[in-house]
Amino acid sequence: MKILRSALVPIIAVVLALLAGALLIQLSGSSPLEAYSALFEGSFVGWERFGTTLEKATPLIMGGLAVAFAFKGGLFNIGGQGQLLFGALIAGAAGYGFTGLPWIIHMPLALLLGAAAGAAWGAIPGVLKATRGAHEVITTIMLNFVAANAAEWLCTKVWRKPGDILVRTPMIEGSAEIPTFGNIPLGFLIAVAFALGVWYLLQKTTFGFEVRSVGLNPSAASYAGISTKRIVILTMAISGFLAGIGGSIETLGVLGRYEPGFNAGLGFDGITIALLARTNPIAVIPSAVLIASMDASASLMQFKAGVAPEITDVIEALILLFVATPIIVRWFFKSRQGEEISFGANWGSS
Amino acid sequence: MNSLLERIIRLRWWILVFLAIIAFTIFAGDFRQDPTTAILAATLRHSTPLVLGALCGMICERSGVINIGIEGQMLMSAFVGFTVTAATSSLYLGVAAGLACGMLMGAALGGLTVSLQGDQIIAGTVLNIFALGLTSFLYTPGETIHSKTPRISVGPLADLPVVGKIFFSNQPLTYVSLLLVAVIWYALFKTTWGLRTRAIGEHPSAAETVGVSVAKMRYLNLIIGGGIAGLAGAYLSLEAVGSFERGMTNGKGFVALAVMIFGRWNPVGAWGAALLFGYTNAIQTQFQFRGWLTGHPQFIGMIPFIVTIVVLAGFVGRARPPAAIGQPYTRE
Repeated sequence: MKILRSALVPIIAVVLALLAGALLIQLSGSSPLEAYSALFEGSFVGWERFGTTLEKATPLIMGGLAVAFAFKGGLFNIGGQGQLLFGALIAGAAGYGFTGLPWIIHMPLALLLGAAAGAAWGAIPGVLKATRGAHEVITTIMLNFVAANAAEWLCTKVWRKPGDILVRTPMIEGSAEIPTFGNIPLGFLIAVAFALGVWYLLQKTTFGFEVRSVGLNPSAASYAGISTKRIVILTMAISGFLAGIGGSIETLGVLGRYEPGFNAGLGFDGITIALLARTNPIAVIPSAVLIASMDASASLMQFKAGVAPEITDVIEALILLFVATPIIVRWFFKSRQGEEISFGANWGSS
Repeated sequence: MNSLLERIIRLRWWILVFLAIIAFTIFAGDFRQDPTTAILAATLRHSTPLVLGALCGMICERSGVINIGIEGQMLMSAFVGFTVTAATSSLYLGVAAGLACGMLMGAALGGLTVSLQGDQIIAGTVLNIFALGLTSFLYTPGETIHSKTPRISVGPLADLPVVGKIFFSNQPLTYVSLLLVAVIWYALFKTTWGLRTRAIGEHPSAAETVGVSVAKMRYLNLIIGGGIAGLAGAYLSLEAVGSFERGMTNGKGFVALAVMIFGRWNPVGAWGAALLFGYTNAIQTQFQFRGWLTGHPQFIGMIPFIVTIVVLAGFVGRARPPAAIGQPYTRE
């Protein structure tokens, strides 16, 4: 019953957003009904399309978890993009660099190396914040740009196959691939497992309690004997780790190599998804599937109904708006209150 | 006399950074006047959208509302400004439309955060996604404008060596940004408006008890801030590039946010931070001219971001934002 109630708000939000989007489609001279049926058909009708939706949802789940975890610790990680990118690149390098390993060793090794790269990249802003008080919003934004340049350099100068005209790493070995069972990608299942793991870590362990305490009130946590510096660094590293896994799965399970530009924007979508899920790790999964379903079918909608695919961004923004605005929600539930989190509460604390 | 010495000692790191930059500029400019002037003039140009964006963020945050939607406000205004200019072939109407669009986006942020009491981070994110989606949805490739905003020289001042080229021979919105830094600094710290703004950002309920309407002030300031972000958007499409592209802000709104925090929520500080960032952008071109690091353009591309991190972590350290930031205000 409780789950049903908390699911009702997002469902109403989606319906309202679709109605507003329909108005916009109508105004632009196309048929909303045609557009939406194509949107649904393109993402859920048939196992193959459903599989593609799950595939697209995978990095979004990981990016969403990364941002949500940092939020729990009171940190705003805008650097998911850079961490994901490094994960994708290092996983790609490990995927082709090691040869002759069995799948059971090679695939997890490449996955974890990518995740470690993401964690290291994420830890930098954590260390800078804990030791020098540098605001993580600035450092993570800057590190995104550094990561994009560094990854391109590594791709061009170090890991490019001689003779390849394109800037990209060679294809990974078969033993590093993350397979797809029927139409269900294993990567998606890994991401779901991580969502459950993050939930467990946050809710059921002492460490998770410490992270949440620092997130809610750093000075009280510090007074209670929690080392806030340690928590800040670890929170950022874990956040980067999660984003790095997202990038690794994208390389090992979908693209088969790292190519600059192919992961553009995935890290930023993580912010949207974490906010949509109100930082709840379990709620990240349906949020990511929802956004992925629109990404997956936008081109079919353009083909069938002649509606520009960018309309899905507008709909996403509206969903977020309706989910997040307490007063609109209260029109439907007069009594629903409490448990509101403020994402900006720790904006300036260090 | 003593206090002057103390001041110098207190600002020693900044003075050192400043001198190092001057020395490096002259070196990078090959000890000649023209390239050195060119680097400094480009610095100012690159810093314009950032300082405008940062001023927007500052006015909002000083009144207690986090604005991470600067990116979206800039993008939407760049689009509207460009479209209006393409339709009317008037640059000034385009700039005015950009300004108005920014103000509207500011009002939208006000609606979400003040009237509807929504979370401020989410509201900003909504603006960002909405602007990216809507501008791409409505944009028709192939529209053009005939010229960019013209360069205006300020009489004889423009003929001064070095300084004239840098400060007195610019396009209109660059002048506007310089003017706004001074005006907003004065307004924020020397006028009633500024006092009220800072009060509702630090302690809204105290401000309310002495008769300041928090809601009205926040709306007003979000609209003013949005207008300034609108100018930044108009700068991008009408003054810097002369066209519109999908997602053309390319993270500048976020960099502006960083510049604002870097400048410690102070207009002059933000201007300094924007100049530093603009300088590191301008020096990239000079690197290419001099043939430094030519085989590794990616390292040249990293310079602005690494310098920012190093300066931030090395010299700036902790900064304290307005106290009431991030929380919706409800009357008791």
